[in-house]
Amino acid sequence: MTSVDSVPTPGAALVRRPGSVRFLWLLAVVAALGLLMAASVAIGSRGVGWSDILAALGGSSETIEEAAVTKRIPRTVLAVVVGGALGLAGAVMQGVTRNPLADPGVLGINMGASLAVVAGIAWFGLFSATSIIVTAIFGAALAAVFVYAVGSLGRGGPTPLKLALAGAATSAALTSFITAIVLPRGDIAANVQSFQVGGVGGATFATITPVLPFLAVGLVISLLSARSLNSLALGDELAAGLGERVALARGVAALGSVLLCGAATAVAGPIWFVGLVVPHLCRLLVGVDHRWLLPFSALTGACLLVASDVIGRIVARPGELDVGIVTALVGAPFFIAVVRRQKVREL
Amino acid sequence: MTATHSLAAEELTLAYGERLVIEGLDLVVPAGSITAIVGANACGKSTLLRSMSRLLSPRAGRVLLDGKAVHRMPAKELARTLGLLPQSPIAPEGITVADLVGRGRHPYQGVFSRWSREDDAAVAAALEATQTTTLADRAVDELSGGQRQRVWIAMALAQQTDLLLLDEPTTFLDVAHQVEVLDLLTDLNRTRGTTIVMVLHDLNLAARYADHLVALAAGQIHAAGTPAQVLTEDCVRAVFGLDSRVIEDPTSGAPLMLPLGRHHVDTPAEVSPRG
Amino acid sequence: MTAVVPPPAATVDAVARNRVRRSVRRRLVITVLAVLVAAAFVVTLMVGRTFYPLDEVVRVVLGERVPGASFTVGRLRLPRGVLALVAGLAFGLAGVTFQTMLRNPLASPDVIGITSGAGAAAVFGIVILSLGGTAVSTVAVAAALGVALVIYLLSFRGGVAGTRLILIGIGVGAMLNSVTSYVLTRAGQWDYQEALRWLTGSLNGATWEAVAPALVALLVLGPVLLGQSRNLSALQLGDDTAAALGVRVERTRLIAIVCAVGVIAFATAACGPIAFVSFLAGPIAARIVGPNGSLLVPAALVGALLVLVADLVGQFALDTRYPVGVITGVLGAPYLIYLIIRTNRAGGSL
Repeated sequence: MTSVDSVPTPGAALVRRPGSVRFLWLLAVVAALGLLMAASVAIGSRGVGWSDILAALGGSSETIEEAAVTKRIPRTVLAVVVGGALGLAGAVMQGVTRNPLADPGVLGINMGASLAVVAGIAWFGLFSATSIIVTAIFGAALAAVFVYAVGSLGRGGPTPLKLALAGAATSAALTSFITAIVLPRGDIAANVQSFQVGGVGGATFATITPVLPFLAVGLVISLLSARSLNSLALGDELAAGLGERVALARGVAALGSVLLCGAATAVAGPIWFVGLVVPHLCRLLVGVDHRWLLPFSALTGACLLVASDVIGRIVARPGELDVGIVTALVGAPFFIAVVRRQKVREL
Repeated sequence: MTATHSLAAEELTLAYGERLVIEGLDLVVPAGSITAIVGANACGKSTLLRSMSRLLSPRAGRVLLDGKAVHRMPAKELARTLGLLPQSPIAPEGITVADLVGRGRHPYQGVFSRWSREDDAAVAAALEATQTTTLADRAVDELSGGQRQRVWIAMALAQQTDLLLLDEPTTFLDVAHQVEVLDLLTDLNRTRGTTIVMVLHDLNLAARYADHLVALAAGQIHAAGTPAQVLTEDCVRAVFGLDSRVIEDPTSGAPLMLPLGRHHVDTPAEVSPRG
Repeated sequence: MTAVVPPPAATVDAVARNRVRRSVRRRLVITVLAVLVAAAFVVTLMVGRTFYPLDEVVRVVLGERVPGASFTVGRLRLPRGVLALVAGLAFGLAGVTFQTMLRNPLASPDVIGITSGAGAAAVFGIVILSLGGTAVSTVAVAAALGVALVIYLLSFRGGVAGTRLILIGIGVGAMLNSVTSYVLTRAGQWDYQEALRWLTGSLNGATWEAVAPALVALLVLGPVLLGQSRNLSALQLGDDTAAALGVRVERTRLIAIVCAVGVIAFATAACGPIAFVSFLAGPIAARIVGPNGSLLVPAALVGALLVLVADLVGQFALDTRYPVGVITGVLGAPYLIYLIIRTNRAGGSL
C-alpha cells in the first residue's frame, strides 16, 4: 500500500518552502510561459519577421507571413489551454490515487475519451462541438472508473504497477477498438485521425471556444479540492481521522480531473505523459502542498505543451510533428526514471 | 551410504557490489551432523549459505566440497551432491506436488534423456520421507504453510544429495509447524546421515536441534561449537546486543535463552553489569 | 545416494502413473493443436476470391503446375499462409519463453516493448534508409536486441525486479510506438494501411523474400530454445532454486533472450508486430495443457493457430478486410484485462 512515504520526492516533502521562494518560482514559470508563447507565435515551418507578427497580432492577415502568424495564435492558445488542463489533471490524479505514475495517458483515460468520440462520429453522426466534448468527457469518466476499479482489486489497493498495467491494457484495448471502427469508414478517417495521435495543429478560435466552459468548471473543482488532496495524501484512514469524507473528496477531485482531460482530449486528441511529468517537476519546485502544486502544475503543463509544439515544428521541417508524439518521446524517459526511483515493494 | 562429504569455507570474503558482507571467514561443517547458523539481522547468514551453495561467487577465498572449489565444479555434478532450499522459493501457479517434487530430478536429466523408474523411485522416496504422498495430486498453492514447506523439502530430497542447505526453513510457520519441519530434518539426518546446514532465526530452536552451532556477527564467526559452548549470555550480548539469562532447558538439556528487557524482570540490575 | 529404506512399490507406481497421466494430456493437447494448425493452414490456401479444392491445393504445394491455382495459391496464398504460420509459431514461442523466464505472463515481448523496437527499426529502415529484405531484418533484430538490453539495464537496480521491468518496458514501448508514428508521418506517406502494418501487424502483400529470413530464423533458433525447455522450467522455481538444481541461470537466460528476441524480430520485420499474439499464446496454452510440463511447443502452436484463424476472420468473415493485427488486438486486449482482473483478485504474482 502506498502511503506518505511513496510521495516521490521525500526530500522536497520534508522541506517547507518559504512563501518567497514559491513566489519567485511562480514569477519564473509565468515568465517562461510568456516567452514560450511568443516563441510559438514567432517560430514555425515558415520564417517570419517581427513586423509581420505585430501586424498579425493587430488583426491583419494580408501577407502570407501575416496569415501564417494569424494561424499560430489560436494554436498557441490551444496548446496553453490543453497543456494546463492536462498538467492540472495529472496532479489531481496523482493525488487522488496516491500514485506517482498516474497520468491521463498512462491510465488510458484519454483513449477512453477518444474511443467515445470516434464511436460517436462513426455511428451516431456526432457533429457539433459541444456534443463531441460531452461525449469525450463521458468516455473519459467511464475509462477512469474502469481502470481504477480494475487496478484497485486485490491486495494492496491501487498500487502503481496494478494501475499502470490496467491503464496500459485498457489503452491497448481501446486503440484496437478505434482501429476496428475507423478502418472500414474511409469517409470519416480524416475526421477522426486527430483522435488517434494528439495534436494542436489547425486550431481556430471557433474550435477552442466551446471547450472553455467545461475546462473552467474542471479547473474550479480541481483547485477547490486542493485541501482534501492534502488530507488524502496521508492515507485514507488518517484522512478520515482528520474529518475528511474520503469517498466524497476523492469523487469530487476525480470529477474535476476527468472534466479537464476529457475536454482537452476532445479538442486535441490523446496526449500522453504531460500529466505525469508536470506534477513531479512542480513538487521539486514548490513541495507537496496541493494548494501550490495544482496551480503550478497547470502553468507548467501549459509551458511543456507549448514547448513540445514548438519543438515539433522545428525538428520535422518542412513538415510538422504532432505534439502528442513529442510529449511521448520526452515523457517516456521521465516515466522510466520515476519507475526506477520507486522501491520494488511500492510497485 | 553414509555422508562422507566435507564442506568448508576458507578465507571467504563475500560482497554485494561495494558492500562487504563476510570478510576472511573460515568454517568447517562437520559431516553427518546438523549445523545451525544464527546471528542478528543482516549479519551475513543467508549470504554465507548462498555462497556455500555457489549462488554467490566469493570476492576472495574459496568454498571447498571434498577439497574442490564449488565455484569451479560443473553445475549438475554439484547439484547431485549439495542441495539448497532458498528462503522463498517460487511455486508456479497450479503446479501439483508430484510435479514440483519431480523438478528435483533436474540434475539427473540431460536434454534428451527420458524419465526413468529410478526417477520415479526417488520422487516416491521423497514423498514418503516427508509424509506428503497423499498430497501428490494436490496443487501446491492450495496447501497450508507447513505442508508447503514439507513439499519443498521433498523436492530437495528428490535431488538425493548428501548435503542439504536450508535458508530459514521455518520462517512464516507457526510454532507447531516449525517443530514439525525441524523434526523432519532431524529424521533425515539420523536415518540417512544427510549433513544439514541451516540458517535459523530462533536461537532456542537452533540450540535444541543443532549438533553444531555457528554464531555470526558482523561478517565474522563469533563462536562455533556445541550449543552449550556457543549459546552463553556473553555470546548473546556480543551477537545480538541483548542482555539475557541462559538456563538449561528442562525438557532437553540444551541451553535456553531468556531475553531480559527493561521491564518485567525481577532483578535486572544483578544481571546486566556482568561482562 | 539411495534411500536407506526403499520406498514402497505402490508409491513408486502411483508416482509413475501420475507422471504418465500428465504427459499423456500434454501430448494429446499438442497433437490436437498441431492438427488444428494444419487444418487452418490448408483452409488459408483453399479459400479466397476463388475457391480451390483440397486436391488442387495439395498438388500446387507438391510443386505440380495447375492452371490458375498455381499462381493464386502458389504465388499469393502460399507465402501468406507460410508467413502466418511462421510468425504465429515465432510469436508464441518467444512470448512463452519470456513469460516463463520472468515468471510473469505480462512480461511478454509485445507488452514490454521489444516487439515495438523491432517494428520501429523496420519502419526506420524501410522509410528513411530505403532498405529491403534481409537488411530490414538485420536492423530489426539488432534493434530488438538493443531494446531488450536497454530494458534489462534500466530495470537493473541491485537485481532485476519483474514489476520494474514490466513498467519500464511499457514506457519504452510507448516511446518506440511514437517513433514509428514519427517516421511514418515524417516520410509524408501516412498511408493508413501501411501504418497499421507497423503498429498492429498485417500479412497483406506477403512475399517469399519477406518470409524467408523469418523462416530460417525460426528453423535455426527454435530448436535451441526447445533445448532449453527443461532449464526454463527450473527457472520458474526462482533463480536460487534453479541454481541449486544445477541450472546455470545466467547462461540459460542469455541463450533464451537472444533466441527469443531473434525469432520475434525476424518475424516482426516480415509482418509487423501482430498485436498480442506473443502475450496471448502462453496463457492460453497454460489453460489447455494445465501444469503438465513445458509450454514451449503448445504455446508456439497456439500462436500459429491464433494468427491463421485471425487472418481468415479478418479477410473473409467481416464486411471489411481487416489486417490480422486488428483482429488479434480486439481479441487480445480484453483477455489482457481479464487476466489482470483475475490476478488482482487472487492477489498473487501472475
